[in-house]
Amino acid sequence: MKLYCLSGHPTLPCNVLKFKSTTIMLDCGLDTTSVLNFLPLPLVHSPRLSKLTGWTSKDGTVNLEKELKECAGRVFVDSQPEFCLPERELLDLSTIDVILISNYHCMMALPYITEHTGFTGTVYATEPTLQIGRLLMEELVNFMERVPKAQSATCWKNKDLQRVLPGPLKEAVDVWTWKRCYSMHEVNSALSKVQLVGYSQKVELFGAVQVSPLSSGYSLGSSNWIIQSHHEKVSYVSGSSLLTTHPQPMDQSSLKNSDVLILTGLTQMPTANPDGMLGEFCSNLAMTIRAGGNVLVPCYSSGVIYDLLECLYQFIESANLGTTPFYFISPVANSSLEFSQIFAEWLCHNKQTKVYLPEPPFPHAELIQTNKLKHYPSIHGDFSSEFRQPCVVFTGHPSLRFGDVVHFMELWGKSSLNTVIFTEPDFSYLDALAPYQPLAMKCVYCPIDTRLNFHQVSKLLKEVQPLHVVCPEQYTQPPLSQSHRSDLMLELTPPPMPYRRCSVLNLPFRRRYDVLLTPISESSSWFM
Amino acid sequence: MPEIKVTPLGAGQDVGRSCILVSIGGKNIMLDCGMHMGYNDDRRFPDFSYVTQNGRLTDFLDCVIISHFHLDHCGALPYMSEMVGYDGPIYMTHPTKAICPILLEDFRKITVDKKGETNFFTSQMIKDCMKKVVPLNLHQTVQVDDELEIKAYYAGHVLGAAMVQIKVGSESVVYTGDYNMTPDRHLGAAWIDKCRPDILISESTYATTIRDSKRCRERDFLKKVHESIERGGKVLIPVFALGRAQELCILLETFWERMNLKAPIYFSTGLTEKANHYYKLFITWTNQKIRKTFVQRNMFEFKHIKAFDRSYADNPGPMVVFATPGMLHAGQSLQIFKKWAGNEKNMVIMPGYCVQGTIGHKILNGQRKLEMEGRATLDVKLQVEYMSFSAHADAKGIMQLIRMAEPRNMLLVHGEAAKMEFLKGKIEQEFSIDCYMPANGETAMVTTNPSVPVDMSLNLLKREMALGGPLPDPKKPRTMHGTLIMKENSLKLVSSEQALKELGLNEHQLRFTCRVQLQDPHSDPDTLHRVYTHLKSVLKGYTIQHLPDGTVMVESIVIKVSSSAEDVNAKVLLLSWSYQDEDLGSFLSSLLKKGLPPGLC
Repeated sequence: MKLYCLSGHPTLPCNVLKFKSTTIMLDCGLDTTSVLNFLPLPLVHSPRLSKLTGWTSKDGTVNLEKELKECAGRVFVDSQPEFCLPERELLDLSTIDVILISNYHCMMALPYITEHTGFTGTVYATEPTLQIGRLLMEELVNFMERVPKAQSATCWKNKDLQRVLPGPLKEAVDVWTWKRCYSMHEVNSALSKVQLVGYSQKVELFGAVQVSPLSSGYSLGSSNWIIQSHHEKVSYVSGSSLLTTHPQPMDQSSLKNSDVLILTGLTQMPTANPDGMLGEFCSNLAMTIRAGGNVLVPCYSSGVIYDLLECLYQFIESANLGTTPFYFISPVANSSLEFSQIFAEWLCHNKQTKVYLPEPPFPHAELIQTNKLKHYPSIHGDFSSEFRQPCVVFTGHPSLRFGDVVHFMELWGKSSLNTVIFTEPDFSYLDALAPYQPLAMKCVYCPIDTRLNFHQVSKLLKEVQPLHVVCPEQYTQPPLSQSHRSDLMLELTPPPMPYRRCSVLNLPFRRRYDVLLTPISESSSWFM
Repeated sequence: MPEIKVTPLGAGQDVGRSCILVSIGGKNIMLDCGMHMGYNDDRRFPDFSYVTQNGRLTDFLDCVIISHFHLDHCGALPYMSEMVGYDGPIYMTHPTKAICPILLEDFRKITVDKKGETNFFTSQMIKDCMKKVVPLNLHQTVQVDDELEIKAYYAGHVLGAAMVQIKVGSESVVYTGDYNMTPDRHLGAAWIDKCRPDILISESTYATTIRDSKRCRERDFLKKVHESIERGGKVLIPVFALGRAQELCILLETFWERMNLKAPIYFSTGLTEKANHYYKLFITWTNQKIRKTFVQRNMFEFKHIKAFDRSYADNPGPMVVFATPGMLHAGQSLQIFKKWAGNEKNMVIMPGYCVQGTIGHKILNGQRKLEMEGRATLDVKLQVEYMSFSAHADAKGIMQLIRMAEPRNMLLVHGEAAKMEFLKGKIEQEFSIDCYMPANGETAMVTTNPSVPVDMSLNLLKREMALGGPLPDPKKPRTMHGTLIMKENSLKLVSSEQALKELGLNEHQLRFTCRVQLQDPHSDPDTLHRVYTHLKSVLKGYTIQHLPDGTVMVESIVIKVSSSAEDVNAKVLLLSWSYQDEDLGSFLSSLLKKGLPPGLC
């Protein structure tokens, strides 16, 4: 039994498990941090961005001024942003039988795998994961396609040239495998291969293996997976949460008695308490509005935004923000808000009880009804005429490289009255802001990551007692910036088996029995 | 041999008060707990004294499963759990859990407040009962206890309706509840995988009907409503608040839109808006088309359909009114019916099945004079139309479900005996499986043939595989030797050495010995050598050794020679083999009894 590790990103995993002659891909995460190396895609012509100087090496031997631009001492690629795909050379991806998806953030590389590798298998996901995953992909495609770039830069990827490039570009890995975004056609074709599953549903694969998704408490429809035969059990833990937010609570007890537990998707902000961050978010927002400034919240269109809106619903009146307009701008804003209301089965108990009344489970329905929250597909159209300031704008993409957020950064960046509040933990906010420097606007960093922290996970592991734990190597040592914090790593006996991109691990199993099925019949001669 | 027992307490050769007891693998399950619309006395609820004469049901039932929110499937639930007494789990889907208490409360109000009955369940009892409900998700495998698991499948019929699979070990039963095999304007079609249950318990409301296409029926319905409106009549459509009502509303709404009609459409009771809210929030349970477009346009927001007020019934001019309940047995639909029955311009359209004893059933059977309470009689002059819009599977649909699930036995409930009999014949003929149709209180027993899983030690498996040559043939059965250990409810097959070790036993050897007399005028060693050469030529592929201590070994079988005391030419061959080598040993003894061939040196 082997595990092939195709992604080195601990929260956007992509692993392949060979188990009892089936080949199972666990998640299909797309590492989007690569886009930070690119210039933002403005929705309207930006004189500032177009005036940036091109880059040539100091000795003048390398001239890439058409492809690379300098901004505030950093160099960016002037091309459509590209993504770092899961490794495709480690094994033949056409042999994959099934792909198990754990949550909608971990499926963004799906079209690259299902459409271009000869994949003929089935993808398993829950209904909310499929529907919201579709929205996020649709949004990504829309962000890219509505501002087409005439040129696409390729020279800088040349291995000899990359070596002389400055800064993060020089260290970027596998840049020649980076790919542009997929098309809507590819998304539809990829998602047509998805078969829906419910929590605790037992899915038989070729009679040899049984897989079953469990509630993981992280997002709508998010799941961990049990992969088992009669005598071996592998648990795959992806983004999970023990906090009480909107999704159904995490099912912990079903993870018990695993031979191997593959642990991914822990919090990226182990030192930031989500509740504290939420408080800081609200107070910074109120302060800026009272001072007459605007608030920009770069975010994904689903997930934590539902909790932010719920928190604001309670906060608005007490903070006297009743007249401040809140805008949610995304090509899928409306769909995301509507979809969130129809997944009663996948929500926490409190929200389910509301549906029984029958009332919408999320209070953003009331915010919309009372006109406090308005949503628009983009800054063009109705929004431009209805838009009032000061206001609060929720919009994507959190990398600040594409989407409507680019426009607001350009619009509000010059005034110190305005504030940008980062809530998504996926991107370093300093890197995200780099191409907008110099910036007068205030920047507040309140990353809200509800996934398991090291304290919670060690308690969980003590309870479910797997024989072996496999995890990304990042979890076996403290973060680089806090090397003295030995509490920010996994300490287990036996020690966890670490993996990195391109690792192939032999999983330890001690199997002693197999199962026979014996029919009872009257003429049975078992006992002679 | 294990048996599965099925006993209907209600819905056995009847429609109404569905309640079916199933005993499988030592577990007892109650499927549905409904009331009968045709009775107002004790017969309206199932007879729970069948389960136990005195005391609570908790000790006798492992779980109760409710298939959908119609009162003939859940109407007796608070009575059963709170008045008879049951504290175990009650399973139903989320929409059923949401809607069922509202209908129960409605039922209670009509019975207690309007008819003045006492000794009926209270609002608090409904609440307490609902606290015992565990929600079910589609396709989720719910472990009721270590052995009993249940799984829900989509059934169409009404919002949240489910079919359930009940499984203990490898034995299983599927109960369909009410289902619909064709998608309609707001719900999808029932679906199940090829789960091969031991028994498929199916409803059979339309056992003998094969309905024409839905489109024709819809056109017919619209034509009748339209004609009646055109000549200034009033149209009453008795419905239940949830289900057909929404489908017919969608139908009329689009028709009014297209034809630009002005006559008002009303929907009675405050339930309407609430009902439509449930459809909006549980949109994942509706059909694909509605689910796909709900963000742009929610099909359950009606423009032409308004709330009804009691005073509107006397308004002049044409109108269409949807009123509850659907069988004209009580409530608003009955009140309006009484008002409008005398005018032949008016029309009542019965869109679904009516249970015997209800006014709906009577007028559908052509009765034109009705006896009302207080000896008054009512002359029925208005037009009575019947349109089968109730979402039950017809004969074709039932056969289709059998093909999908491939059951080993079939059991029919929720239908009329004569019609069941006909369908039973068809099923037995087409699928060559047994079909049962027990009446209420009658038990159907089905013998099952479950497989028993045995854990086999890998070492033993490998050893035994090696004996049969390198490539095992999966098509041929193989004999294996091992020791079966039954311990703590599990079966293990291990090698005998391991079994001895695990159980702390000493090994006892069992040996057979046998004397074979031969006439062979040679010396003992020569005879032995002759035996050796003979066996060598006969037994190819066996290890045969001539040992220096004066024995011949064939595999582990020992052969020695001794001379007879009386006759020098007579020799005695001594054979000894262990019990495990019985086959070879007895073969050798019979071979040697035939003597040695001459000409051997």
